[in-house]
Amino acid sequence: MIDMRTAFIDTATALLDEDPRTALVLADISASQFAPAGHRHPDRVLNVGIREQLMIGVAGGLALTGLRPIAHSYATFLVDRAYEQIKLDLDHQGVGAILVSIGASYDGSAEGRTHQSPGDVALFDSLGDGWTVRVPGHPDEVAPLLRNAATTDDPTYLRLSEQRNAEAYPDATALRVLRRGLSNAPLVVAVGPMLDPTMAATEGMDVTVAYTHTSRPLDTPGLRALANTDVVLVEPYLAGTSSALVNRALADVPHRLLALGVGQTDLRRYGDPADHARWHGLDADGLRRSISAFLGSVGG
Amino acid sequence: MTTTLPTDSSARLPGLIRRLTGDEKHAPSAHSTIDVLQVLYDRVLRVTPDTADDPERDRFLLSKGHGPAAYYAVLAAHGFIPDAWLDDLAGPESRLGHHPDRLLVPGVEIGSGSLGHGLGLAVGTALGLRAQGLLNPRVYVLLGDAELDEGSNHEAIAYAGATGLDSLTAVVVDNASASYGWAGGIASRFTVNGWTADTVDGRDHEALYAALTGHRPRHPHLVVARIESKG
Repeated sequence: MIDMRTAFIDTATALLDEDPRTALVLADISASQFAPAGHRHPDRVLNVGIREQLMIGVAGGLALTGLRPIAHSYATFLVDRAYEQIKLDLDHQGVGAILVSIGASYDGSAEGRTHQSPGDVALFDSLGDGWTVRVPGHPDEVAPLLRNAATTDDPTYLRLSEQRNAEAYPDATALRVLRRGLSNAPLVVAVGPMLDPTMAATEGMDVTVAYTHTSRPLDTPGLRALANTDVVLVEPYLAGTSSALVNRALADVPHRLLALGVGQTDLRRYGDPADHARWHGLDADGLRRSISAFLGSVGG
Repeated sequence: MTTTLPTDSSARLPGLIRRLTGDEKHAPSAHSTIDVLQVLYDRVLRVTPDTADDPERDRFLLSKGHGPAAYYAVLAAHGFIPDAWLDDLAGPESRLGHHPDRLLVPGVEIGSGSLGHGLGLAVGTALGLRAQGLLNPRVYVLLGDAELDEGSNHEAIAYAGATGLDSLTAVVVDNASASYGWAGGIASRFTVNGWTADTVDGRDHEALYAALTGHRPRHPHLVVARIESKG
């Protein structure tokens, strides 16, 4: 089984062969893996060196000439560092690109805060409503999402991670119900790689669990159809990133919302990603404690 | 060198700039970019209102987006925008702001204002044209000497030089306004990275024309247009 990063490299390499409109911009990260594609398409595989501001500026310029750029690095360098370039060189110019990140919130647990980006999705929310944000939960979801993005000119962010679920649900752009509770059961929404720990955490609970790999636009019609009073969000990035969206979608119906995700504090600890999941309460035990306490806190 | 001007906007520019600024006292030369823009649009750039969307057109990217009065006046003189737009600069219904927006102004290739974005976009534009086999268009980008303080420029300068991006010309209008100056000169920042460079009197149209058309194969080109200090 390949990982998400390899799935991205394989699919992007194929797209470069198939579609002369595609171009790849790198800042040294993954450059060696893309070397074969670079030999075949030297004008469309562009490694600018360790220069992330230029990477996004170049992507903007390529898009201005009608190409479909794909830019790729660790989330913290691609998004956090080059935020103003994303805002101005893409959004403000009225052009799109496909930004593909690795590293996510704490894949780089042993590397420390400098290699972690729990706030990336929240940054896209600050840019207006044009961005599609995909958070695949399985390597087999990567290829269809990337291929879909390549057929459009829309601004798209693809957030890859080493954390993954056992099964792929490539069609889960809309909320997909994977556990159905009784009528009026609470709704638990799991985004991307949070599905498996969420399923384990809610084993035996009377809840409905719905999955999506598409964080923006969030499937708010599906949310309205599935939600009763109690809603739990489980996201693999900053806790509460989607709270405003959910509250807006449910503004006219009485509801309670528990938003789980990565905490805001720099933990200054290393360890492995499972340690970080536990410290942020995002392992199955932590999720079960939080969800049980929330559901039991009213009328329980 | 030709001395025949394909277009001469010099007669119209003072009046157009006055419509923008309402300033009767200052000559057009009060605007630091006016001479470079006039020579580019009158004599160098292969772009007209009719070819403003043609893939084969030359591109001009104004990176230094503040103080765009001279730019708007030149665009009006060349028919990209109606003269009447100049009368309501930055008004509530105006398409012309204190920084240009490419989605609002015909002929404007990039929206700019925040310094340090144009050169990266220009590098990407030059690469995108090359990747599509469009080898005739040239990409010009205009910066200010103080704008070079922004580190993003130096990412672009190093990369464009190292890869010999020879369809790119950067123009730095130098009115010595950078807080700490550029010890050793502006051109050396570029030439050490493989650019060719001409430093000329930024008010001398013949010298500007020669420099703006003075690019050589296999190297990106720099024109430093020196003008009087901002004071």
